[in-house]
Amino acid sequence: MVRLQDLPVEELFTSGHRLCAGCGAGTVMRMTMKALRGPTVVVNATGCVEVASTIYPYTSWKVSWVHIAFENAAAVASGIEAAYKVLRRKGLWDKYVDVIAIAGDGGTFDIGIQALSGALERGHDFLYICYDNEAYMNTGIQRSGATPHGAATTTSPAGRKIPGKPEFKKDLIGICVAHGIEYAATASPAYWNDYITKVRKALEVDGPAVIHVFAPCPTGMRFDPSKSIEVARLAVQTRYWPVYEVERGKYKLNIKVPQPKPLLEFLKMQGRFTHLFQPEAQRELEALQMWVEENWKRIATLCGEKT
Amino acid sequence: MGKVTGLTGNEAIAYAVKQCNVDVVAAYPITPQTIMVEVISEYVYNGEIDAEYVCVESEHSALSACIGASLTGARVFTATASQGLALMHEILYVASGLRCPIVMGVANRALSAPLNIHGDHSDMMGSRDCGWIQIYAESPQEAYDWIIQAFKIAEDHRVLLPVSVNIDGFILSHSMERVEILEDGDVSKFLPPRKPFITIDPTKPITVGALCLPDYYFEVKFQQIQALKESFNVIREVNAEYETLAERKYGFLETYAMDDAEAAIICLGSTAGTAKAVAMDLRSKGKKVGVIKPWVYRPFPEEELIKAVGDVKAIAVLDRACSFGAPFNALCSDIIATLYRHGKDLRVFNCLYGLGGRDITPNDLKIIFEEALEVAKTGKVKEYVKYVGVRE
Repeated sequence: MVRLQDLPVEELFTSGHRLCAGCGAGTVMRMTMKALRGPTVVVNATGCVEVASTIYPYTSWKVSWVHIAFENAAAVASGIEAAYKVLRRKGLWDKYVDVIAIAGDGGTFDIGIQALSGALERGHDFLYICYDNEAYMNTGIQRSGATPHGAATTTSPAGRKIPGKPEFKKDLIGICVAHGIEYAATASPAYWNDYITKVRKALEVDGPAVIHVFAPCPTGMRFDPSKSIEVARLAVQTRYWPVYEVERGKYKLNIKVPQPKPLLEFLKMQGRFTHLFQPEAQRELEALQMWVEENWKRIATLCGEKT
Repeated sequence: MGKVTGLTGNEAIAYAVKQCNVDVVAAYPITPQTIMVEVISEYVYNGEIDAEYVCVESEHSALSACIGASLTGARVFTATASQGLALMHEILYVASGLRCPIVMGVANRALSAPLNIHGDHSDMMGSRDCGWIQIYAESPQEAYDWIIQAFKIAEDHRVLLPVSVNIDGFILSHSMERVEILEDGDVSKFLPPRKPFITIDPTKPITVGALCLPDYYFEVKFQQIQALKESFNVIREVNAEYETLAERKYGFLETYAMDDAEAAIICLGSTAGTAKAVAMDLRSKGKKVGVIKPWVYRPFPEEELIKAVGDVKAIAVLDRACSFGAPFNALCSDIIATLYRHGKDLRVFNCLYGLGGRDITPNDLKIIFEEALEVAKTGKVKEYVKYVGVRE
């Protein structure tokens, strides 16, 4: 684990960007940059972080940064990694470059999953970070494959007939691990030490690595902007967001939650779940609670923990 | 001097790419381009070229990876056709917008639906306005020569734009022809390693692909417009330099028997070969016909076209792709616009032909020439858009 005093003072993701107040993704980016080990190129998919951090002629990035489109961060990273490899071989470039692809949940779970799968299968040496705010927040809070069951978004509204998203969250890490990659992990910005350590660890892996990090969004999840880290911590402490890593197929639970807080504490903080507390949505609330329980059991079992 | 060999269009392009000492090739197989990437991967797997071959999972990712690689300063090639080019469509604009000098071989093919794997120009015409330099070759020889020139044009700092070199699917991609190839050393001398203008060198961080709002976006696009205009000079210079190397003359367009022609056919790609043969035959019978074949379709060579048209009285423009619902198809629209802009009042009619690989025969072309001569004589166009070879 990294020590606070070991973190670089230099900010490579600078302040002055135009992310919303309390944006979890902004905090995640700042923490990510604290884990770098040398020359780095960041590839950013279209999304909140991209549009808010590089409004021409300004940029928040003090590392080389590239944006191409929404669905192809992993493919662009593949090309960059391949190019540095051949340029080094030909003596036209002498340094090792870390390539980090960053995308939100929409750009990862949904539109970007093909490019991600392709890049993982080909084994490019890069780190893919998915910051998950559980909806298409950049376009105004539409449901994604990462949106949890029951959450209200503008395309899965709390309707009179269908109260919030009927489907359940996709298992991103499961999908990535199935590619046989060396390192995959989940993380939360509330546990900075765990996250930063994981980013460094993932960079050190020779081959593809994936980190799936929770990114609380005050605007889309609807909570007070001062509560972002609190929400992120509650997500972990209610077992809603298990924090674990998978190294060469071996699962390990990084943050144990022996006495979980009631899930309702996490849900009640957020406007996107308000409707679930109406009597007619009781079944949806129960279904979400059941999913959280089963998901935790599944992960804990994979990690060899007692549930 | 080089040696003579037999190569298909696909193989000719692959061979040129090999001699151009590329660093990264990212591509996905699609008929009729497939052999292009097969041959290149063979070169890489046999160690004949030191390049990274990124065998991506789609054309969308192919071009995405190419842009990433190009931004590092690498020399980059990709290839596609038809649905693959359509899948790349979004990223075509990014490649030109970020000024990546990628070279792409395209084996032109029809677009679905209905599914069809044969040659027409629907794919590239659908990408007409994406800011790429677009070149159409008539033969495997031309495809070979243009690929070598394309890298030099694309990578010139006055241009920095992607270039596509088009060959007609199957007609050129799969037909073996005589190709004169240059010595490796001569190509290396003509095309030294790429000197990038700016790269994503992480030791000198830059931000590429930032969000440009209404306050800056237009200026960026205007720079692209200027770069395409500037490419006229660069293409001219590269053509001249290549001529001294290969003793083959290239330009924006080729003219055939145009000196005292009264009527002419204008068409792209392999059809020009048949048109030239038919024109030669008609000339021997005293009929004054000629052929104009644009090599460079974007940027559109207006001045050269006006010069080539000379005193011709009627032109038949052959389009191998349909602009549904438009007054004319793409090439013809460009030609009419050019003639109007230069105050040339002559008769033009449009022939849509060869969709989905439908043959265009010497007899079809003879009929078109004769109609053009008739229009030249009477000054009257009977039918502005003809559909050649279609069963109605």
